[in-house]
Amino acid sequence: MDKILRINMGAEGGPKVTVAPFGDYAGLGGRGLTSAVVSKEVPPDCHPLSDANKLVIAPGLLSGTAGSMTGRISMGCKSPLTGGIKESNAGGQPSQVLARLGYGAIMLEGKPEGDDLYKIFINKDGIRITTDNSLRMLGNYDTVEKMKKEFGDKIACISIGPAGEMKLNAASVACTDAELRPTRHAGRGGVGAVMGSKGVKVIVLDDTGVSMRQPKDPDKFREANKVFTEGLRKHGVTGEALPAYGTNVLTNILNEAGGYPTYNFKEGRFIGASKISGETEAALETERGGVPTHACHRGCVIRCSGIYNDKDGHYLTKQPEYETVWAHGGHCGIDDMDKIAMMDFLDDDIGLDTIEMGVAIGVAMEAGLLKFGDADGAINLIKEVGKGTPLGRIIGSGAAITGRVFGVERVPVVKGQAMPAYDPRAIQGIGVTYATTPMGADHTAGYAIATNILRVGGFVDPLKPEGQIDLSRNLQIATAAIDSTGMCLFIAFAIMDQPETFQAMLDLINTFYGLSFTGDDVVDLGKKVLKMERDFNMRAGFTKEQDRLPPFFKTQPVPPHNVTFQVKDEDLDKVFNW
Amino acid sequence: MRITVKLFATLRSGRFYTETREFSPGITIGEVIKELGIPEKEVTLIFVNGRHADTHDTLTDGDTIGFFPPVGGG
Repeated sequence: MDKILRINMGAEGGPKVTVAPFGDYAGLGGRGLTSAVVSKEVPPDCHPLSDANKLVIAPGLLSGTAGSMTGRISMGCKSPLTGGIKESNAGGQPSQVLARLGYGAIMLEGKPEGDDLYKIFINKDGIRITTDNSLRMLGNYDTVEKMKKEFGDKIACISIGPAGEMKLNAASVACTDAELRPTRHAGRGGVGAVMGSKGVKVIVLDDTGVSMRQPKDPDKFREANKVFTEGLRKHGVTGEALPAYGTNVLTNILNEAGGYPTYNFKEGRFIGASKISGETEAALETERGGVPTHACHRGCVIRCSGIYNDKDGHYLTKQPEYETVWAHGGHCGIDDMDKIAMMDFLDDDIGLDTIEMGVAIGVAMEAGLLKFGDADGAINLIKEVGKGTPLGRIIGSGAAITGRVFGVERVPVVKGQAMPAYDPRAIQGIGVTYATTPMGADHTAGYAIATNILRVGGFVDPLKPEGQIDLSRNLQIATAAIDSTGMCLFIAFAIMDQPETFQAMLDLINTFYGLSFTGDDVVDLGKKVLKMERDFNMRAGFTKEQDRLPPFFKTQPVPPHNVTFQVKDEDLDKVFNW
Repeated sequence: MRITVKLFATLRSGRFYTETREFSPGITIGEVIKELGIPEKEVTLIFVNGRHADTHDTLTDGDTIGFFPPVGGG
């Protein structure tokens, strides 16, 4: 993994490929690399769909190795949804395959003149770019099927659906899992629209004939990986809860804590929560011959995903995640697991961020376009997006635009990006992260739920403002570093509680690269990444006024605890003072 | 006094989902866990009426208590 692949899609005479060493970007991977490139090479004032924007697709520092949990991929650009910098992170196979092929990043640059659609094939022999207009407006599932027919089944795909082709703000980029299903998405921020603006429908990766990346010290690397894996297996969250129930195990606990946003952030508890909980979902999957425990990429030992079959026992979709089940479920007052699973499938196929879509539909419900609880109406709205009708394009542009078009006051967004599945009034630490992360409202950027609700890494009372700034700051720094390694963020549950597992993670990096990274170096890396991202946003015109929650969180108390967001604005401005 | 007890995730195995039961006045959460026959180390998260609580806290009539094993996601 020693080279960077640039493809200028706007070059005269057709796409032009350049392969070069890392140069100034040496030592960077994943989010650290995407954010470095975007902040250095993308003009902050450019239009996100213009030729000046770049889509940077980067495996992490440890991707493509035998290290556990290293299959995450980062996709960075200037976001069409937020207007700021974006790193959207996905699982699936492409990260490992791309890294083994030797590429530290693919950068899609420029913009083609016409409206031809391109496919890019990369294997050990090189890169082949061809026009393929037969793929136009195909869903991700059909696109991958066609790629399998053409290139065989030893491939991994990165693709967009119709939403990306239409350059909608909620468009995602799909990555295939180990069974070649396009179910793992870089969902947030409209990265699919940027890929669509480059005219690229699909990138097909084939690592036949290449081997795993080799560590500098293979014996010590193997030993570190053993300790790391054991640490993940023995922790209650990564070793038991996530494999057994998946991320949706959170529904019941957030509902119990009164922080489960219901009816578009009107209430903190949903009467139908138990019908769409992780416990119910896992039991249904087992009963129908699906699988409640499934890895999104080879080498994952947590295996938080699953396979969700329909009533007749046929594959419907992968196990819908907590965020998806919430966005299409409680947020919209829907308690029908099968209907929610159908929406998950449609989002994956059309290529849409499930959070942005669910929140936008809930906002449309608030406006009276359809009733809360109308599952069929919600499904139809997603189909409208896939067809590209004017109504569908509004919903597919996200919650902020939907709220504006339909005259809604309560629109839960920060920097134009929809808020995920935790009410920031009942869980104030996550409110600090939503408000201040350079990404727009994003739970993964500094997952305060761990300490506010799950008692991982200590405990900070979720209902009070005290301690939330420090909590969010430290989590945002740690996350920016983990997102650079290619590791799944869920390792955080174990490394926050178990010092020896944290050390094993450091040992993996050190024995692979021959470094002597310490905990302080990890903190420095995280700070460096955040600084580049904040700097880009400032140059793009963001001020502290954008580091705020929508005003209704300060004025409308949420039951059952009847609390408002109490962290002061001047304290929010201290998150990045370190 | 009457207390509603809710169990979640693996704590449900061989037990129940939700039940309202009689307990002696002034009982602590730790004693409830014992009466239910749940090994205390299996319970990492306790909510009383939606707020975090600890095993030494006492309960009052009409409380709803939720017990969770270690859980996480995101």
